[in-house]
Amino acid sequence: MQSITITREADARGSFCPGPLLELIRQIKMAQVGDVIAVISSDEGSKKDIPAWLAKAKQEFLGMEEVDGATRFICRKIK
Amino acid sequence: MDETTDRFSIVLFSGTVDKIMAAVTMATGAAAMQKDVTVFLTFWGLIGFRKDDWKTNRRFSKDFEDYAGPAFEMMQARQVPSWMATLKDAMELGNLKVKACGMTMDLFNIHLEDLEPVVSEVTGVASFIKEAEGGQIIFI
Repeated sequence: MQSITITREADARGSFCPGPLLELIRQIKMAQVGDVIAVISSDEGSKKDIPAWLAKAKQEFLGMEEVDGATRFICRKIK
Repeated sequence: MDETTDRFSIVLFSGTVDKIMAAVTMATGAAAMQKDVTVFLTFWGLIGFRKDDWKTNRRFSKDFEDYAGPAFEMMQARQVPSWMATLKDAMELGNLKVKACGMTMDLFNIHLEDLEPVVSEVTGVASFIKEAEGGQIIFI
């Protein structure tokens, strides 16, 4: 398995829908192609919203993991 | 750009904070999902976009007015961003325009310069309908 290094991460815990998604979009806009971006969200809706947005925006979803009751979403900017 | 129009339009008739928040959240989600979004402000929706009104707006849906106090306290305690802040963020990240209903402007003698700068233009119902053609329209 290939190891992944996160280029930039934003902590959006405590932010309400659609705040965490907006934060992810902001991070992707600022990133370079190839960067790996992570956003941590405590908003339950993000589990559906963020993968849906990544699919729509044709960015690569690398996965999500639980962190202290919140979720870290990891993706790669591919375009 | 996509060849087909992927458009989402909101008629914001209400000027209470709860409904403006709902409209702004829907508009933001649609803009994030790369739709072309127009929010058409009419009647009380337009009143809620007069300059600085949002800073002091504590109006709340009449049918849920029992919730108004607790809702405002909760939003303050949990530092929920104002709907104006969310709207401005969304306008930076996606294609979202806020337009004012000319008829309401005439009726209440409101001019474009009396409105928040997020409102880009004054339009009529027919041109709004024309622009919304083929996409979804919701009324709040």
